[in-house]
Amino acid sequence: MSAAHPSADPGRIVLSSDDINRAVRRIAHEILEANKGPEGLLLLGIPTRGAHLARRLAEALRQVEGTEVPVGSLDVTMYRDDLRSQPTRAVEPTHIPGDGVDGRVVVLVDDVLYSGRTVRAALDALADLGRPRAVRLAVLVDRGHRELPIRADYVGKNLPTAQSERVMVRLAEHDGAEAEGVRIAGPAAPAGAGAGE
Amino acid sequence: MKHLLSIADLSREEILGVLDTAASMHEVQHRDVKKLPTLRGRTIINFFFEDSTRTRSSFEIAGKWLSADTINLTGKGTSVSKGESLRDTVMTVDAMGVDMLIVRHPASGAPAQIADWVDCSVVNAGDGTHEHPSQALLDAYTMRRALGDLEGRHVAIVGDLTHSRVLRSNLLCLRALGAHVTLVAPPTLMPSGIGAWAAVDGFDTSYDLDAVLPTVDAVMMLRVQRERMSGGYFPTAKEYAVTYGLTARRLGLLQDHAVICHPGPMNRGLEISADAADAARSLVLDQVSAGVAVRMSILYHLLAGEGSDS
Repeated sequence: MSAAHPSADPGRIVLSSDDINRAVRRIAHEILEANKGPEGLLLLGIPTRGAHLARRLAEALRQVEGTEVPVGSLDVTMYRDDLRSQPTRAVEPTHIPGDGVDGRVVVLVDDVLYSGRTVRAALDALADLGRPRAVRLAVLVDRGHRELPIRADYVGKNLPTAQSERVMVRLAEHDGAEAEGVRIAGPAAPAGAGAGE
Repeated sequence: MKHLLSIADLSREEILGVLDTAASMHEVQHRDVKKLPTLRGRTIINFFFEDSTRTRSSFEIAGKWLSADTINLTGKGTSVSKGESLRDTVMTVDAMGVDMLIVRHPASGAPAQIADWVDCSVVNAGDGTHEHPSQALLDAYTMRRALGDLEGRHVAIVGDLTHSRVLRSNLLCLRALGAHVTLVAPPTLMPSGIGAWAAVDGFDTSYDLDAVLPTVDAVMMLRVQRERMSGGYFPTAKEYAVTYGLTARRLGLLQDHAVICHPGPMNRGLEISADAADAARSLVLDQVSAGVAVRMSILYHLLAGEGSDS
């Protein structure tokens, strides 16, 4: 799922590695401001790249506030509504740190917000794990074309796209330092990890 | 993947895919709400023509935790007992629109034959003395959790090899994952033609358990299946236990990191002593626990993806 799409078009870069890190730091500040500090926060990244972004966000929060914010991962594969229309997907681990999600302010973290169906699946997955006090959504890129009434609370970059275009997020932890960045390319191709939902 | 009839049907990558998914499924067992919506609207029939505790209950739990509707049927409670043929019975169930038949049958090859008759997916939950693929997958999963990658690891499979379906599936699975396997049994319980088989599949055989134990990373004790024995395969149970049982003395021959497996049910005091069954290095209950996660993974791989609609 992690391989770059074998397209001749590498796409144009819309966020560099530095841009991504600046966006993560800004989102960390916004989360702390909205939450009035780090108390009760729990970051859950949606694998694969959302989990890496969640860990970066936790590190940014630690640098700003000096406290460790618990961070985990929430796989939503088993909750997707398109399982029967796609080849069998690999299931990633779910890891909920500490005492679970009850009473926490859970910040879901993903790389690209597109149709909203992944987030819908994440909300269902979260409901099976417990009852958070609140759920927030942080995404690196919002590319539009929502199919459900879902919006992000924290956005790294709003990126107007055509549905025929592909948004490719590459992170050092998963794709290597050389590849890091967000690119946009066309025409449409089968969606893969990091290419929106 | 539509059916799971034999480990031989799976590539190494497919085996690893099932095991990796099982690792993610295992987390569900520790939740308060043990339910995933993945197979909502799917219907699975557990069709067991032989007695079973672990396999049947774990397949049923796996299906229920994935939100499938699971129904248990046994030979005794169906029209088979009125004289209906196996073919008519399974085709009748298939005609009701079920998505999967999980079949345990005393005749080797029965699930493969059923797969030719029906449109739905078929899982072999143990057929005669042929195979038991889901058991082999959960054994490999348990050993991987304890030992890490099985590539190059040495596993001894000990005991009643002649009557064991677990042996065949485990041998195929462990060899696919790169493990070195030694089969240990008395000559009377070593399958005929084992030499030719060993030459093709690349495993060793031995009659000397004491010589093999110090070299293994895992030892799998197989149940002595007295219900399948018609002749005298060994003089007395006592002699078997002394010669081929995992006794307290033999525990001392194992390396510190070596683990003990047994697919169950155990004949305590025969192939495995209470000391070995209850030892800290015994993975017997881990195997049972893994059984649900691995079977959830099997159901997911067979029923959740594209083209899985019957």
